[in-house]
Amino acid sequence: MEQGILLSGADNMDFMIHGIFSYEIFGQTVWITTSHVCILIVMLVLMGFALAANRAMKHANEVPGTFQNIVELIVEKLDGMANGVMGKYAVSFRNYIGTIFIFILFSNISGLFTLRAPTADYGTTLALGIITFSVIHFVQFKHNSLKTIWVDMCSPLPPWLPIWFPINVISEIAVPISLSLRLFANVLSGTIMMALIYGLLGWIATIWPAVLHVYFDLFSGAIQTYVFCMLTMTYITNAYPSE
Amino acid sequence: MDFNTNFILGCSAIGAGLAVIAGIGPGVGQGIAAGHAAAAVGRNPGAKSDVTSTMLLGQAVAETTGLYGLLVAMLLLFVKPLV
Repeated sequence: MEQGILLSGADNMDFMIHGIFSYEIFGQTVWITTSHVCILIVMLVLMGFALAANRAMKHANEVPGTFQNIVELIVEKLDGMANGVMGKYAVSFRNYIGTIFIFILFSNISGLFTLRAPTADYGTTLALGIITFSVIHFVQFKHNSLKTIWVDMCSPLPPWLPIWFPINVISEIAVPISLSLRLFANVLSGTIMMALIYGLLGWIATIWPAVLHVYFDLFSGAIQTYVFCMLTMTYITNAYPSE
Repeated sequence: MDFNTNFILGCSAIGAGLAVIAGIGPGVGQGIAAGHAAAAVGRNPGAKSDVTSTMLLGQAVAETTGLYGLLVAMLLLFVKPLV
């Protein structure tokens, strides 16, 4: 198949997700795919780093060594980012923000290490978007009264006239979809672009695609990670009652 | 592969090409954002890092509509929902 694009006879072009192992559950066939394997590899790397950091910080010195410096720098930068956007609400969320930042960043740049980036699978990014959505509404229902939420949801019109309510509901549901689609489409476009270059150009693509790797994997991945975390923090901060 | 399938594949390719015309809008929008950011840095060079991060955030959000067009094109080309 795939005649649409493989006219030039590149059979080695491959950027799709492949199933590795399937099983039946509740009458549905569920696949373990390459995305799961890539996520597992990313998670193992991160866990190894976390364990090493934990060991280093247990024997922390007054004069930090190289590794301790790196760990402190990472934590400081991530906490600074969260503090800058969320202000006094940052304390309860900077662990979460730092975690998803490191995870998405490593997922995005795993394309450099011949993995297929896990964030180029809509399942991964939709899960991240749904987590953000849940956190937003948890905060909203915890810190606002139901009356305030109702007034907010009917917002341009007075609360006894809920004509605007369905439109506001749609805009709330659009939040996780647009968050996840943005990340997914960016990483997927980079993945497809690199696969096209390597598959269709053959031996011509030897050294110079490194430049494109820097753009698609490093720059674009880092920017999208930053944007995802920024938007998550902004939405969460907006869910708090305004003073 | 009969005539109908080929016809649908060809029309899908044309549709994919039309879908990525959506890239015009984000291009114009990102250009405007970058231009105003450059003007802002020119007026106040001390705020360069703040202006740059705000510009990148706004550009990445503005990029979303173009990416929707790209997604439609990808679906038409690779998933082939109409065949």
